[in-house]
Amino acid sequence: MAPFLDPLLIVALALNFVALGVSRIRGVINAVALQGILLGILALFVHSEIGIRGILLVGGTICLKGFVIPRFLVHALREANIQHEVTPVVNYMNSILLGAVGTGLAMVFSSTLPLADTHKGLLLVPASLATVWTGFLMLTTRKKAIMQVLGYLLLENGIFLFGLLLLEAMPLLVEVGVLLDLFTGVFVMGIIIHHISREFASISTEHLTELKE
Amino acid sequence: MNTIIHDSVHVVLAFSLPPLLLGVIAKTKALFAGRVGPPLLQPYYDLFKLFQKGSVYSTTTTWVFRAGAVVGFVSAGIAVLLIPLSGSAAPISFTGDLILFAYLLGLGRFFTASAALDTGSAFEGMGAAREVTFACLAEPAFFLGLLVLAKLSGSLQLSGMLGSSLATHWANAGDSLALVLLSWFIVLLAENSRIPFDDPNTHLELTMIHEVMVLDHGGPAFGMILYGAALKLFVFGALVVRLAVPMTVGSAWLDWPIFVAGLLVVAVVIGVVESTMARLRLTRVPVLLVAACLLSAFAIILLVR
Amino acid sequence: MTELLVVLAIGICASSGVPGLFLRRDSMTGQWVTTVLSVLGAALGIGAIFAFWATGLSRPIALPWSIPGAEFDVAMDGLSAVFLMPIFLVSLLGNVYGLGYWRQTEHPQNGRRLRFFYGTLTAGMALLVIARNSILFMVAWEIMALSNFFLVTTEGHKSEVRDAGWMYLVATHVATLCLFALFAVLHVTNGSFTLVASSQRAGSSGTAAAIFVLALVGFGLKAGVMPLHIWLPSSHAASPSHVSAMMSGVVIKMGIYGLMRVTSFLGAPSLEWSAVVLGLGVVSGVLGVVYAIGQHDVKRLLAYHSIENIGIIVIGLGLALIGRSLGRADWIVLGLAGSLLHVWNHALFKALLFLSAGSAIHAAHSREIDHLGGLSKSMPWTSLCFVIGAVAICGLPPLNGFVSEFLIYIGLFHTLGSTGGTSFVWAAFAVPILALIGALALACFAKAYGAVFLGTPRSEHATHAHESPQSMLWPMGVLVVCCLVIGTAPTVTMPILGRAIADWAPGLGDADSILAASAPIGRVGVMGLVLILGTLLGGIALWIRNRRQSVERGTTWACGYVAPTSRMQYTSSSFAQMVVGLFGWVLHPTIRKPKDFPLFPAPTSFHSHVPDAVLDFVVLPIFRFAAWLFSWFRVFQRGNIQAYLLYVFLALIALLLWS
Repeated sequence: MAPFLDPLLIVALALNFVALGVSRIRGVINAVALQGILLGILALFVHSEIGIRGILLVGGTICLKGFVIPRFLVHALREANIQHEVTPVVNYMNSILLGAVGTGLAMVFSSTLPLADTHKGLLLVPASLATVWTGFLMLTTRKKAIMQVLGYLLLENGIFLFGLLLLEAMPLLVEVGVLLDLFTGVFVMGIIIHHISREFASISTEHLTELKE
Repeated sequence: MNTIIHDSVHVVLAFSLPPLLLGVIAKTKALFAGRVGPPLLQPYYDLFKLFQKGSVYSTTTTWVFRAGAVVGFVSAGIAVLLIPLSGSAAPISFTGDLILFAYLLGLGRFFTASAALDTGSAFEGMGAAREVTFACLAEPAFFLGLLVLAKLSGSLQLSGMLGSSLATHWANAGDSLALVLLSWFIVLLAENSRIPFDDPNTHLELTMIHEVMVLDHGGPAFGMILYGAALKLFVFGALVVRLAVPMTVGSAWLDWPIFVAGLLVVAVVIGVVESTMARLRLTRVPVLLVAACLLSAFAIILLVR
Repeated sequence: MTELLVVLAIGICASSGVPGLFLRRDSMTGQWVTTVLSVLGAALGIGAIFAFWATGLSRPIALPWSIPGAEFDVAMDGLSAVFLMPIFLVSLLGNVYGLGYWRQTEHPQNGRRLRFFYGTLTAGMALLVIARNSILFMVAWEIMALSNFFLVTTEGHKSEVRDAGWMYLVATHVATLCLFALFAVLHVTNGSFTLVASSQRAGSSGTAAAIFVLALVGFGLKAGVMPLHIWLPSSHAASPSHVSAMMSGVVIKMGIYGLMRVTSFLGAPSLEWSAVVLGLGVVSGVLGVVYAIGQHDVKRLLAYHSIENIGIIVIGLGLALIGRSLGRADWIVLGLAGSLLHVWNHALFKALLFLSAGSAIHAAHSREIDHLGGLSKSMPWTSLCFVIGAVAICGLPPLNGFVSEFLIYIGLFHTLGSTGGTSFVWAAFAVPILALIGALALACFAKAYGAVFLGTPRSEHATHAHESPQSMLWPMGVLVVCCLVIGTAPTVTMPILGRAIADWAPGLGDADSILAASAPIGRVGVMGLVLILGTLLGGIALWIRNRRQSVERGTTWACGYVAPTSRMQYTSSSFAQMVVGLFGWVLHPTIRKPKDFPLFPAPTSFHSHVPDAVLDFVVLPIFRFAAWLFSWFRVFQRGNIQAYLLYVFLALIALLLWS
C-alpha cells in the first residue's frame, strides 16, 4: 500500500514495548496516546480516496485516543492521588520478553493465515495481533485499575489495526461504534477507579478480592 | 587513493581522533549546561599528562593489574584496524573478522575486570561485575545487528557489510537498518558506559560501571585505559556512522571528511543524550539492553520472515 | 598397523595399574611403575595416531569372538583418531599430575585403586572409539562407565561422594539401557551388529525416529546435554581433580562420539530432528553457563561449564546435521569442523582448568570460591595456567577456544545465505545465543579467576598456600602450549579435521578445500600472533615508562578508608548476583538474608544457593513419587517364607492359566 506503512507500524510495535517496559504510569499513558495518534495517521495513509467524512472520523479518533482519553486518565491520576509506579505482577523485563514472544508468535501465526494476496507481506496483521497481545498482557499483569484501562486502549488499538485491513468492507462507522464503546468504558472505569480509591485508599485491584464475601 | 595511503590515513585517524570525541562530548554537555567547558583538546592534554606521571600500585596487585591496562588498550587498538572507516576496506579484513572484532573487545573486558578484582576493592569488584553483566546483554544485540547486515550484504567481512553497497539497502530494507541503527546506538552507550547507563563525569566512587572499575589505576597505566576507552568509543561510533551514512561520493578526499563529520555528529548526539537524560536506575539498565536486543531481533525477523 | 599399535597401547594402559596392586601401600614405587607404564602406553597410542595421520593407512583387525553376533572388530578412521587423541593425551598428563596431587604415601587407602581404574578408564574409552562392532562397543562402554564410577567414588568414605557416585551410576545405566535398545533396533534394521556405514537408510521414519531418540537420550546422558545433565556437576565435584579433568575433558565426549558415529551411518536425517539437536545445544549452552555463574564450588562451576561447552559442540553438530538434511556442504563442513575442534579444545582447556583448580584446592584445602583468594601471589604458575585456561574457555583470541567458536559462528552465519526452498534461516538465531554464551562465560570466569586467585586471601589456608610441585605444573604447561599452538597455528588441525569430516559424511567432496574457502583459519592464527606481540610490546612500553617515572606501592584505594580487610572484598556471590537475578526465572536461587535491621544489629548472615532445577524440581520429585508408589508393594514383603512360597505357587498357577 503506502511506503510509510511499515515504518509507522514498526514504531507502533516499539510503542507496545515502551508501554510494557516503562515504570511510570504517565509514560505508559503517553506511549498509548502516541500509538493512538499514529494509528489515526496510518488510516489516512492506507486509503488514498478517503473522503471528507473519513478525514473527519480519523480526526475524531486521533482526538479521542490521542488527547481526550489520555487527558482524562492523567486527570484521574491526579485526582485519585495515584502513585506513579506501575506495580507490575510480572516484572518489566519479563513483561517485555513475554511481549516479544507474543510478537514473534504473531509474526509466525499471521504468515499462516489465509489472507488476501494484497495483505500477504504486510506487517499490518502481525502488528495488530501483537498489539492485542500486549493489551492482554497489560490487563493481566498489572495491579492498578488505571493500567487496566490502558490495557483496553491497547486492545482497541490492535482491533483498529485489524480493521484497517477491511476498510472497504467495514465502514468507519463500525469503528466509530467501537470507539464510542471504549469511551464509555473508560468513562465507567474512571468512575470505578474513583470509587475504589475512595473506598480502599488505593487503586490496586487486589483489594477487589475483598469484595467476594 | 591507493591502498597504502588509504591504510595510513585509516591508522592516523583511528589513533588520533578518539580523544577528540571525548572533548566534543564534554563541550556539548558544557554548552547545554551554559558553561564554557574544557577546551576541545583537553583529553589530549590529560593523556599527555598521565603518561608523564609516576604510578602508585596497590600492594595487593599482581601482574594481572598491569595486564588489564595493556590488554584493554591493545585489543581496542587492533579492533580499530578491523572496521571500515570510509567506503573502502579496513587495513585488516578477512571473512569472519566481525567475530574477531567482538571477541577482541571481550578480551579487553576480561582483563580490565580481572585487573579490577586484583585490587581486592569492593568498589572495583562492583564495577567489574556490572561491566561484564551488562556486556552479556549488549553482545547479543550487537550480533543480531550483524546478522541483519550479513543477510543484506551476503558478506561476512565488516568491510563488505558496512561497505558502500549498504546505501542501496537503505532503500529496500530501511526499516530493518533503522532498527539496527537504534539498537547499535544503545549498545554504543552501554559499551562505553555513557548516560543513561553510567555517568562517566563523576569520576569517583559514585560512578557505577567503568570509571569505578579503574579506580585504582594511575599514571601511564591509567592513560592506557583512558586511551583504550576512547578507542572503544571511536570504534562503536565508526560502526554507527558507517551504518547511518554508508554512501560514498567516489572521491576518497571527500569520503574521509564526511566520515569525520559523521563521527563528530555522533559525539554531539551522545552529548545531547547525556545532557537531556538522567542516569537509569541500575535495576532498569537490563530492560533497556533487552529492548536493544529486541530491536535488532525484529530487524532480522522483518528480513527473513 | 596403526590399529595394532593402538590395541597394544590399550593393553598397556589397561594393565598399568596392576603391578601397583601387588606393591607396598606406603611406598611410591607402585605409583612410579604405574605412571611410567601408562605414559608409555599413552605415548605409544599418540604415536600410532600420528602414524595414522601421516600415512592415512588403516588395517582393521577382526577376530572372532564366542559371543553370538560379536566380533573383536576394530578399525581406525578420521573420526576415531580425533577422539583418540585427547583420551591418550589427558590420560598421560593426568597420571603425571597424580604423582604430585594424589601421592600414594598420602593416600595409602585408595591411591592404588584410583590408578588402576584410571588405566582401565583410558583403555575402555580408547577401545570404544575404535570398536566397529556394537557388542564390543557396549563392552567398552561398560568398562568405561564402571571404571569411571570407581574413580568418582575414590573418597567413598564421604557421604557426598557416595551420593554423587550413586547418581552417576543410575544415570550411566539409564544410558546403557538406551544403547542396548538402540543397537537392538539397529540390528533389526541393518541385520548386523557392525558399526559401519551401510548403503541402506535405517528403516521407516518411525524406526529412524526411534533410533534418533534412543541415541539422543543414551549418548546425551553421557555427554551431559542439558536436561540430561543431572549426574554431571556432583560427580565432577566429588572426584579428585585429575579424574575430573579426565571426565570433563574426555569421558563426556564419548557421548558426542557416539552421536557422531551413529549419525554418520544413518544417512541424511530429517530436518526436524536436526533442528532438535541444534535446539538441545542452544539450551545446554545457555543454561549450562547460567548455572555455572551461580555456583560457589569451583569444581561444580567448572562442571557446569562442561555442560555449556557440550552445548557449543552440539550446536556445531546440529548445524552439520541440518546441512546434511538440506544437502548443504558448507554447513556440514563448518559445523562439524567447529564441533570436532571444540571437542579437542574443550579437552585441552577444561583439563587445564581442572588441573590448575585442583592445584589451588590442593594448596588451600577448600573448593569454596569464597574461601579462597589471593592465590596469585603464592602460586604464580598455577594462576597463570588458570587464567590461560579461562581465556581459552571464554573463546577469546588468541587461544584455541576462539578458533572452534569462529568456525561454528561462520557456519551459522552461512545459514543466512539461503537459496530457495532449502533454507533453514532460523539456525542463524544461534549466533546471538552463542554471543550470549560467550559473554556469560566471560563473566563467570572473571568471577572465578578474580575470586580464587586475585585480591587478598579470604581464609587461613589460602594465606599459607604454596606453589604445587613440578610434577603438577608440567602437565599444565603442556596443556598451555597445546592451547597456544591451536590458537596461533590452527591450520595444522585442518587436514585432520578434513579427514574426520570426510569419514563422517562420505561423498561430500573435498572437505579441506571447502573449509579453506569459507573460513580463513590461517588469518585467525596470524591475528592471534599479532595480538600476543602487541600485548608484549604494550607491556614493555608500560614497563619502560614505569622505570623512568617513580613507582610507589600503597594500599588499595578504598575511598578514604585506610585499613581495608580481605572480608571487604567483593565476593564471588556478589559478583554473580546480577546475572543470577536476571536469570532468576530459570535458576530459582534460594537466598536467606537478614530481614530486619534492629537498632542494635546482632551478628547476621547471608546465604545463597542455586539448586539444579532439573534435578531438584523434576527428577527428584518424580523419584519420590515413584518411591511412594512402590511403597505399596511392601505389603507383599511379608518376611516369612510361607508367604513367598505362596507367591511362587500363585505365579505358577497364573502362568498355567495364561497358556
